[in-house]
Amino acid sequence: MAKIVVDVMLKPEILDPQGKAVAAALPRLGFSFATDVRQGKRFEITVDGEPTAAQLAEVEAAAEKLLSNPVIENFTVRVEK
Amino acid sequence: MKIGVVTFPGTLDDRDAARAVRYAGGEAIELWHDDADLKGVDAVILPGGFSYGDYLRCGAISRFSPVMEPLIAAAQGGMPLLGICNGFQVLAEAHLLPGALTRNHELHFLCRDQKLTIENTDTAWTSSFSKGQEILIPLKNGEGAYMCDDQTLEMLEGEGRIIARYVGENPNGSRNLIAGITNKQGNIVGLMPHPEHAIDSLTGPSADGIGFFTSVLKALVR
Repeated sequence: MAKIVVDVMLKPEILDPQGKAVAAALPRLGFSFATDVRQGKRFEITVDGEPTAAQLAEVEAAAEKLLSNPVIENFTVRVEK
Repeated sequence: MKIGVVTFPGTLDDRDAARAVRYAGGEAIELWHDDADLKGVDAVILPGGFSYGDYLRCGAISRFSPVMEPLIAAAQGGMPLLGICNGFQVLAEAHLLPGALTRNHELHFLCRDQKLTIENTDTAWTSSFSKGQEILIPLKNGEGAYMCDDQTLEMLEGEGRIIARYVGENPNGSRNLIAGITNKQGNIVGLMPHPEHAIDSLTGPSADGIGFFTSVLKALVR
């Protein structure tokens, strides 16, 4: 069994109010490290055995079509060991 | 004239949309998300609500419902199609309209009566209004901020495809105060606020919303 991880993030130019709210909450708790926070989504997809190149291409296609909205989001696909 | 109203799991405003169609003098036909059959309707409304619980992104899963396949083909062929609120989100996810609807800039779910100006009266859904007319209808959503890139915004502005804008302070962070847009042909319209809740002053803040429904009946007669 292997895990394919798809990370989806809002494009840098798209306002992320959730990330902004988190960034504003951190200093209230005494955490002063952050100059910016962006919040995204992570999909963990389990497949049997080592993912093949064809499977990864399919995940890539699914990420483009369903998991992300290319108008506002970017995504990355990777295999987690 | 038969106007279809689609119900997805989680749709809320299908009954009000059907009522608005009847108020305007049309026949409302119930369409089911899981049924790839438009039942011979002349136009379709995708009503508001939280289809599929807004999972993934608003409208992202509904957009692949069986009913959407014939609907997308018919709309691309010129059939009038109106998406209200969640319906607008579905139209954006289906790429029938450009851009996307994202979280309100203040993060709050808004529910209030909102003033709009109607800016384009040449679409299938707005011809009953006069250009520049101010209307008052409910706005209720959590993800109503209209976003698109600069190039798309310029195109929408240049081609007069912004059909309605918020009046006064920007309620949700939408670019250029956009409340609704249309496609190039003017048959597909997406609108964030809810005209179907404002068709009778007894049950809404005004009766201004009825214009969207009388417009499409006029467009179909022509």
